[in-house]
Amino acid sequence: MGAIVYGHFTDEPDLLKAVKELQNKGIRIADVRTPFPVHGLDKALKYRRSHLPKVAFIAGVAGAVLMFYFQYWVFTEGWPLNFGGKPYFSVLSFIPGTFEITILFAAFAMGIAFLVRSNLGPGSIPDILDENVTDDHFQIILSEKENRLSETELSEALSATGALDVKHVNGEK
Amino acid sequence: MEKKEIPDAVPFRFEKKLKLWLAIAAGVGVIALLWAVFIEQAPASRIWANLWMNALMFLFLGLGALFFWTVNTLGESSWQINIQRIMESMGITIPFAVIFFIVAFPGMRNLFEWTHTGQLDRLLQEKTPYLNIPFWMFRLAIYFALWSFFAVYLRKISVKNDFEPHEKYLARLRSTSGWFMVIFAITSFMAAWDWLMSIDAHWFSTLYGWYIFSGMFVAAVAVIILITIAFKKFNILPNVNEEHLHDLGKYLFGFSIFWAYLWLSQYLLIWYSNIPEETVYYVERIEHFNSLFYLNLIVNFTVPFFALMTRNSKRQTTILAVVALIVLLGHYLDLWLAIMPGAVGHEAAKIGFLEIGLPFFYLAAFLAIFFISFEKAKPVPENHPYFIESSEYENI
Repeated sequence: MGAIVYGHFTDEPDLLKAVKELQNKGIRIADVRTPFPVHGLDKALKYRRSHLPKVAFIAGVAGAVLMFYFQYWVFTEGWPLNFGGKPYFSVLSFIPGTFEITILFAAFAMGIAFLVRSNLGPGSIPDILDENVTDDHFQIILSEKENRLSETELSEALSATGALDVKHVNGEK
Repeated sequence: MEKKEIPDAVPFRFEKKLKLWLAIAAGVGVIALLWAVFIEQAPASRIWANLWMNALMFLFLGLGALFFWTVNTLGESSWQINIQRIMESMGITIPFAVIFFIVAFPGMRNLFEWTHTGQLDRLLQEKTPYLNIPFWMFRLAIYFALWSFFAVYLRKISVKNDFEPHEKYLARLRSTSGWFMVIFAITSFMAAWDWLMSIDAHWFSTLYGWYIFSGMFVAAVAVIILITIAFKKFNILPNVNEEHLHDLGKYLFGFSIFWAYLWLSQYLLIWYSNIPEETVYYVERIEHFNSLFYLNLIVNFTVPFFALMTRNSKRQTTILAVVALIVLLGHYLDLWLAIMPGAVGHEAAKIGFLEIGLPFFYLAAFLAIFFISFEKAKPVPENHPYFIESSEYENI
């Protein structure tokens, strides 16, 4: 139980074709690993759209509100200074700071959210089955758990699509 | 990937019905002008300022579209090939804009204070080496000669490639676009000083050229969007899909923010330093045109920023068309705010029948030239090597 079967491709069109063939046979694909983004793969695997824009928006709004409030507090309560006779609470002069922090928050939140969600970044242990996927190989991973077929049947199906060195790993993953 | 069914293109014809509509629009403009002159008896400065404003808007739409095309050509982008002919034909209106400038010339003394500066006005006296009528006219002629040359020449090469496709045409298109970019950078800036900033001749702002350029560009993109949507609806450009609208929407969104950025940069620095000779421009506008001054920001920044923020809204025809229309009207207001307080003064400046009706004449003229030009060539440069990519690409 819980065996994993995986095979490699060296070309993007072959990979996309294999994904289509496997899906036509009713086999569910656990994951596809590529060294770089492949056009059309997200659509073929029917992935939902990323939630990253929402993260960016929420973080941006948070940054804007926080920075605006911070400046308001500094210039009216914390340490009021008179700049050329302007009122202490001058919305216009807060806009550049608010703008900058909005972008900073949105950018950092997006970067961090991406690293967390993709299990990357410091401290994470990558579960790479084959180091070639970080170089020039495209890898299709099938899980026995998700399919009704047995391990050998999955291997055969994968080989039939033209996958190179089909291997399997046993155990919980 | 499964292919979507693409219907056959309906060839574009500048039909009688369309001509009739344009004639009606032009008639509205003429009636508005006659009404203002004879019945309302508006002050001369207001009438000349309106002619001047619409001549500038007419030019800006063509110029912005030409810039948009050349910048995409220079970047060797492929997505715009399907809508390239729209931009080409919009660029063709540039030489005709000179007619509307000539119409507005007799009103120069009403528009520009520096044309009749007195000996006592030392500030304007010292600016006369640059701001005098012969040199001003000379510069205007140079700008128009250069822009018209590029608009017509680029269009010619692009059409030539339809009949005898050759790499050399594409290379020439690219290199000419590069030269246009260099020349446009300088001339658009100077034209903004000459035609708009010199209305308030005592006042100056160093980023005014960018400000006018960004407004021009956004207005042109809005018009490209509206024409693209109309052509898509009538199946004249069947290959255009939501991907193209998405990209155009991105430009509208991004450059609306750019416009607001420049607006703020100009306003913030003048507000901060608080020097009377700089603040005079804003004092006039905030004191006498308060609501319009802030409406300008809302219409041109807040509306596109929030309406076009999500991916879906950029891909939906209705939302995009409505926002494009709002932004186009918003940049009319922006131009109005740039011209009227200085040229007409707060007592006489207003948005009346003249301001609303006269643009229809210029719009009709613009569209007539555009349609005649568009009809002459294939609606899509089918022999361009990027044509297939432009029909099939997808935004991630």
